[in-house]
Amino acid sequence: MAESIPAHDAHAHPAHHPHAEPSFWSKYVFSTDHKMIAMQYMFTGMAMALIGGFMAYAFRMQLAFPGIDVPGYGTVTAGDYNALVTNHGTIMIFWVAMPVLIAAFGNFLIPLMIGCDDMVFPKINRLSYQIFLLSAVVLIVSFFVPGGGFGGAWTAYPPLSAKGQYNLTSLGSSLWLVAVALEFVAFLLGGINFVTTAMNSRAPGMKVFDIPLVVWMIVVASILFMASVGPLIAGAIMLFMDQNIGTAFFDPDKGGDPVLWQHLFWFFGHPEVYVVLLPAMGITAEIICVFARKKMFAYKTFLYTTFGTGVLSFTVWAHHQFVAGIDPRMANIFTVTTLLISIPIAEMCFIYIATLYGASIRLTTPMLWALAFVAEFLIGGVTGIFLGASGADIYFHDTYFVLAHFHYTFFPIAIIGTFAGFTFWFPKMFGKMMNETLGKIHFWGTIIPFNFTFIPLFFLGAYGDHRRIYNYQHFPELAGEQYQDLRILATVSLLVMLSFQLVFFYNCFISWRKKEKDAGKNPWRANTLEWTAESPPPHGNWPELPKVYRGPYEYSVPGREQDFYPQNVPS
Amino acid sequence: MIENHVAALSTYAKDIDFVIWLIAVLVGGCFFVCEAIFFYFIVRFRAKEGVRAEYITGEEKRHKRWISYPHLLVLVFDVVILVFAVKVWYEVKQQLPAADATVRIVAQQWAWSFVHPGADRELGTADDIKTVDELHVEVGKVYHFQLEARDVLHSFSVPVFRLKQDAIPGRVITGWFEATGTGTHDIQCAEICGIGHGVMAARIVIETPEQHAAWVAEQSPIALAAAHQP
Amino acid sequence: MRPIATTRAAAGIPTGRLAVWWVVASEIVIFGGLLVSYIMHRIANPDWGYQAAYTNVWLGGFNTFVLLTSSLSAVLGHKAAVAGDGPRAAKMLYATCLGAVTFIAVKAFEWTAEITHGYTITSSTFWSFYYTAAGLHALHVIAGAVIMLFVAATAKRNLELHRVELIGIYWHFVDIVWIFLFPLLYIAK
Ligand code: HEA
Ligand code: HEA
Ligand code: CUA
Ligand SMILES: [Cu+2]
Repeated sequence: MAESIPAHDAHAHPAHHPHAEPSFWSKYVFSTDHKMIAMQYMFTGMAMALIGGFMAYAFRMQLAFPGIDVPGYGTVTAGDYNALVTNHGTIMIFWVAMPVLIAAFGNFLIPLMIGCDDMVFPKINRLSYQIFLLSAVVLIVSFFVPGGGFGGAWTAYPPLSAKGQYNLTSLGSSLWLVAVALEFVAFLLGGINFVTTAMNSRAPGMKVFDIPLVVWMIVVASILFMASVGPLIAGAIMLFMDQNIGTAFFDPDKGGDPVLWQHLFWFFGHPEVYVVLLPAMGITAEIICVFARKKMFAYKTFLYTTFGTGVLSFTVWAHHQFVAGIDPRMANIFTVTTLLISIPIAEMCFIYIATLYGASIRLTTPMLWALAFVAEFLIGGVTGIFLGASGADIYFHDTYFVLAHFHYTFFPIAIIGTFAGFTFWFPKMFGKMMNETLGKIHFWGTIIPFNFTFIPLFFLGAYGDHRRIYNYQHFPELAGEQYQDLRILATVSLLVMLSFQLVFFYNCFISWRKKEKDAGKNPWRANTLEWTAESPPPHGNWPELPKVYRGPYEYSVPGREQDFYPQNVPS
Repeated sequence: MIENHVAALSTYAKDIDFVIWLIAVLVGGCFFVCEAIFFYFIVRFRAKEGVRAEYITGEEKRHKRWISYPHLLVLVFDVVILVFAVKVWYEVKQQLPAADATVRIVAQQWAWSFVHPGADRELGTADDIKTVDELHVEVGKVYHFQLEARDVLHSFSVPVFRLKQDAIPGRVITGWFEATGTGTHDIQCAEICGIGHGVMAARIVIETPEQHAAWVAEQSPIALAAAHQP
Repeated sequence: MRPIATTRAAAGIPTGRLAVWWVVASEIVIFGGLLVSYIMHRIANPDWGYQAAYTNVWLGGFNTFVLLTSSLSAVLGHKAAVAGDGPRAAKMLYATCLGAVTFIAVKAFEWTAEITHGYTITSSTFWSFYYTAAGLHALHVIAGAVIMLFVAATAKRNLELHRVELIGIYWHFVDIVWIFLFPLLYIAK
């Protein structure tokens, strides 16, 4: 009925409104164009990834060569170590995985893939980035305040995180908490924008099952985020007041309960891992279909399993707390749900593999990244089962086995998945192709050291290395030569991996500097709508907004001489 | 796999290792099959001149079979894993065999203090033996432990026992273990608890009845007091 | 100038309303988390009942009444907006704001009384929850009222009338949150 209200249907103006050449500020800094905001998120995320990577470098050096003064950092004291690890984890998840996979790709792809000219709330979109940027600044400031950065782990369990007398970084912890809270606000605003846009602004003719999977995944992820983050926001408010005005929500001495925080945190924390998983899954699906020239195998099933994963992910949180002092009977319930969640995710993996059957595969750089994602994620996934089995988790909890498990999920998602998407859509973003040879060098130079970095950590975990220890020499049984060699192997591989990132940046740079825009509209001969726009797409994306006639994965349709069938071509 | 590097010295250590081994076999099996097929497809279906990809929607039954049958297998494996995992969990965390002795374990930033029952095997009596960073237990006896934390969360972890339990301030958490072999081994704190977390190590000394009796005799506060008489 | 995206409604719900529903949804889980935590604690320690005895049921009840009436005026405002009568819609919104102001005033009075009697946010976990939950809600009331003033200002000139409905939806939500808070914090003894 609101349509009947005059103000509502008064905007039937053409997409490309003539406007004066915008100034630098309004074009790059205060732009409301979804593509520019996507770039802002992308490059902020990239910068944070480098900071997070640098932190990993610093503390891995300390682990491999205890006590040396790390080139570019200096000696890593116990306090520094905790702060480095904590902020490494926080940054990589909240300031790399989230902004790049959800905000950057979401902003860039959703309007282009569903065929409209922008997000439904461009100003809110800009606001969301500005809050995000502020949160990043607050976090970075928190390293340098008196007392140093917060060192109570990214899970911030109270009472340690709640009381300055315990963590010795009262200011750092509060700033850390504020930064995380701001980041949540930014993504709530962003998420509302994404979901509303995808639901309402689809091109005429685009039915729900014609929406490309990556859009679906980002939308489902945003919904998961919105539905799970609330309790943690409440928790953050409580923790902040415990820290600063002396309430006792989590303080057992005054009738509070520290375990309550763990529930609030993991009720969000577990869905969160799928929040970052799903977009990466979507990116992979797009790329595999394009370079396999295949229709996605069982598109609908894939979608339903996603919903299944989403629902299940709210029921497994306490598998992080098996030995945390919860009622032992509860553990059994959570073991069941945790093992169950392997079902939908196994389904997704099987679907990827099935999609490759009878394909015509071209191993371009994006395709290599996408395939690597599947191959490596499987390792992370199956090792999750060891942890989900309550009995086995008594031993594995808080060892490097857990650590290796989640790096084998997070790294494929946040780094491999990102590189896949970035190399795949680079031509659309900048109108220029990246250099394939350099791309492949960077790929192998990242994948091989990655495995040599984290496979040893599985073994170290199984041998009893526990987490967040700055120097194992204090534990007679862990100080042994053979273990130290494994730690050194991991660190050296990391150094190799980091150095190969230079190839990536060099490749970005030269491709971006190229004179001629050699990408054209549709370099990969793909179906989805973004490839029908100019590269890079102008403000407003299309002179005439496209119509949609079919699903996104109609490749190698029998009886057409072309092996692709764009969504906007009338049948 | 694990006992080659970390001795299995409690009654349930072997069972936990078995669950781990079982999962490794089942899930590992699935994993290698998946990867094998995956890479076979990548090699087998590389783009060739004039060969077009097939058009498979995957919506028909005869195609979906190929993912739904393996899928049932995964479900079956899940159930098997579940059964054994819960069995061990029950053994370690949900039941409490009758105790031969009880020790109190107090964690604080950043040290472990232990209260041994002493000769009378009773806590809270005059001959209790208090130690720091060193826990003495007798092989083959069922011990209950009462785990407490003074300040923040800590976690009492004994790798050779495959035992781990968080300590929570304001609560006393009871658990049990029975050592099956003698020796001196690490006790870790497995929950971050501040700067000193990395040095919060202790040792567990598992002794034969004779050794233990001797240790109790010499440590017992009464004996020590007597020794100090002029 | 609005992007065309904003004018589409593939889901059949106007964009603005859809968005507000999502806002409300994500707010519900925030209060949900807080209240569930409170209820868990409450079940765990029954003695909180005695402390809750010091909350002022009458003022709480009066505030409930105030919020409910203000919701009514919000509804009337929406009616007027649909009818295209901007000025009247604006009047209704101002009435709603008046409700908000009364609510906050009563709260301020209530809190000063309690604090002067020594029940501060740090006295006990019950009072911590009491002030946190009610405070967070009060912030929502204030925010809502402020936004409402802006909406009213445009509505008065017959512009953006659909916003009257949107702020209304939000206001009902704020109202309903209180409907949960009131029994939990005041009545349960
Ligand atoms: C995106 C990241 C991500 C993803 C996708 C996952 C996926 C899973 N995780 Fe993981 N996890 C983390 C990130 C992630 N996790 C993080 C960050 C932590 C540590 C937090 C901290 O403490 O700091 C953690 C910790 C963690 C724990 C707690 C460990 C502990 O602290 O004691 C557990 C326990 O159950 C667990 C289980 C699982 C399971 C069962 C899955 C499942 O979703 C995996 C399902 C996938 C598969 C199973 C593979 C595909 C299936 C097949 C190949 C068929 C064969 C399989 C069978 C026969 C079962 N994870
Ligand atoms: C997304 C998540 C993520 C990622 C990617 C990583 C990446 C890495 N992590 Fe991290 N890590 C965590 C999440 C992550 N980590 C978390 C949550 C914890 C727990 C914290 C805690 O205990 O509190 C942790 C803890 C942790 C530890 C445990 C410390 C301890 O417990 O004592 C270690 C130890 O080796 C480690 C190592 C590494 C290494 C070597 C990498 C390397 O892979 C890093 C290499 C980095 C790069 C290769 C950067 C490349 C990226 C670019 C060049 C930009 C590309 C961007 C665009 C194209 C837009 N990590
Ligand atoms: Cu005590 Cu870590
Ligand atoms: Cu989890």
